[in-house]
Amino acid sequence: MENRPLEYDYTVAKMFMLTTVLLGIVGMLIGVILAFQLAFPELNLVLGEGLAEYTNFSRLRPLHTDAVIFGFTLSGIFATWYYVGQRVLKVSMAESGLLMFLGKLHFWLYLAVVVAVVVSLFTGVTTSKEYAEFEWPIDIAVVVVWVVFGLSIFGLIGIRREKSLYISVWYYIATFLGIAMLYLFNNMEIPTMLAASPAGETGIGAWYHSVSMYAGTNDALVQWWYGHNAVAFGFTVPIVAMIYYFLPKESGQAIYSYKLSLLSFWGLMFVYLWAGGHHLIYSTVPDWMQTMGSIFSVILILPSWGSAINMLLTMKGEWQQVASSPLIKFMVLGSTFYMFSTLEGPIQAIKSVNAIAHFTDWIVGHVHDGVLGWVGFMIMAALYHMAPRVFKREIYSKSLMATQFWIQTLGVVLYFSSMWISGITQGMMWRAHDEFGNLAYSFIDTVTVLHPYYTIRGVGGLLYLVGFLMFAYNIYKTMSARPVEESELQSASPMGA
Amino acid sequence: MFHWLEKHPFFFAVGVFVTIAFAGLVEILPNFAEASRPVIGTAPYSTLELAGRHVYIENSCNACHSQLIRPFKSETDRYGHYSLSGEYAYDRPFLWGSKRTGPDLMRVGNYRTTDWHENHMKDPAGVVPGSVMPAYRWMFTKNADINTAYAEQLTVAQFFSVPYNKPVPMKDGSTKVVKMGGSIAEANALALEEAKAIAANMKDQDVKDAVARGEIPQIVALIAYLNSLK
Repeated sequence: MENRPLEYDYTVAKMFMLTTVLLGIVGMLIGVILAFQLAFPELNLVLGEGLAEYTNFSRLRPLHTDAVIFGFTLSGIFATWYYVGQRVLKVSMAESGLLMFLGKLHFWLYLAVVVAVVVSLFTGVTTSKEYAEFEWPIDIAVVVVWVVFGLSIFGLIGIRREKSLYISVWYYIATFLGIAMLYLFNNMEIPTMLAASPAGETGIGAWYHSVSMYAGTNDALVQWWYGHNAVAFGFTVPIVAMIYYFLPKESGQAIYSYKLSLLSFWGLMFVYLWAGGHHLIYSTVPDWMQTMGSIFSVILILPSWGSAINMLLTMKGEWQQVASSPLIKFMVLGSTFYMFSTLEGPIQAIKSVNAIAHFTDWIVGHVHDGVLGWVGFMIMAALYHMAPRVFKREIYSKSLMATQFWIQTLGVVLYFSSMWISGITQGMMWRAHDEFGNLAYSFIDTVTVLHPYYTIRGVGGLLYLVGFLMFAYNIYKTMSARPVEESELQSASPMGA
Repeated sequence: MFHWLEKHPFFFAVGVFVTIAFAGLVEILPNFAEASRPVIGTAPYSTLELAGRHVYIENSCNACHSQLIRPFKSETDRYGHYSLSGEYAYDRPFLWGSKRTGPDLMRVGNYRTTDWHENHMKDPAGVVPGSVMPAYRWMFTKNADINTAYAEQLTVAQFFSVPYNKPVPMKDGSTKVVKMGGSIAEANALALEEAKAIAANMKDQDVKDAVARGEIPQIVALIAYLNSLK
């Protein structure tokens, strides 16, 4: 026992890998449908008039965002935690029956919530708050899932052999705490079934309906404090956790600077939460909050770029790997998109830029260069790295990975470039006045002009989806088509040389 | 200090939590009470309007339409007076939206009519050529949920002291009383009364017949809500 490496147990990691792939396909497919619906509105009736209610843009839109955020991304976060956690803490889940039980419970409860969410959003049961659409019964279930996730994290930490927490663990802890705080406060609501009429009737109307504890401007403030930071603690913090583990592992290089990772971590923690106000610029929230949101968004470049530069410098002297390994390509381009996206965001948060950008497709483009280029690439890279070790098989096809990489990169570029043009065009047209001081364009003029960009965006999204299907196929073939190795692959990355 | 924290997960977690919670406390707490005070002229939603608001939410209208007019000439020219915080005092949840695929609706009641909405919801591109908005024809046959709207009125009156059955000041110096029923039956009767006034201005015979039978199709509730946005 002394000299043998630990055997880790990946049962739960595998389960979440499955949902990462499946919910990724669902979320992206709905996204592509939505994109083409804006270019060709007839597609709202894709399944006929009878089902129009369920195939309509407005019903599908929250399903798309939630499937990608809480389906694909969250599954990816869980899958990597149940892989990375054991390895950096030097303890196997098989060592604790309780942790194993919690891990499996976590997965099945999560799956149950996913099913409930799909049913509720299709039928139009929603609170309307972005990325917090779920009504109170689902909110309670979400909290339970999250608590189980927390017990899993801290349970594993509790029985760890490696006393020092690796950087990735810092970020996973922050993900857990951040989302817990944000989700609880943003979803404070009162179920309307509690009300009693003066005539003494109770349990009136739909049992699942609730009303927000906050009204109007306050509700907006809490929602965007949540909304922006759900991005922080869903799309940034845990993805940074992944790259801090997988890039050094895959490239065989040590992290460039410990001090830089300290600065980036604590800086990100402190600064990110302030930036939510940039969603509310020129709204009715107090001016000082808008200004704070704007200023802190710009400061946020520092910790964000700190992490990204730390990653890129980790590759110092080993840049030939970018050419030879498709997996390194995904991670390096992911870091690059992270830098790009965290520069674009602060630019949009500057008041005078926001005046044009807000409410337009430029924002949609910004979200997608982050999610497609950074989150998507990093999660796929993580799964590609995990697959050979988890399934004890070699990756099915390296050349398929490389093809996928280029198809998806093209897809992302088409997506964000069309959305820039579309957003800035529309923003400028909305504010254009003619020589007499009248509005130069009616609203519909600013819609019809966007048709070509909406089409290009749809094509970009479709390319990304095609690439994702190639990823799913590659993982599936890895699981099923190659012979099982005798023991866990220890060193060599699958992509090396 | 950091090396020590990295070996002590509990204190590490406490440190992280304090660091992230700080901003929320400073940003959210100070203006909370002030920001939700209604301005003069803002009245709570009637039962039918609230049911229409639920139809608006059920179909995520807020995914494409904002309800927030920013203080720019181009926006006030297009949509009317810029938004004031107090105008949202009875909005739970807020419906500002984050994307204008379609135009802002904050004051749509000032410049669109029942008749316009009826035609537009049936066939948007028929009213506005080039529109990418989908049709919402099922709203003409599916009934609105008045009971849930009533339950919400009771809830906000009880927990947040929303002034139903009480005079609220209007801009012209008069007062307005928004009625809330004392029972489910009374609430439905109030909503139907309001629905009849809307249906009288509509052309769809099925909708008119339904209202005459005592039913309230979703479209009637939605139009009541849209007309109330001023």
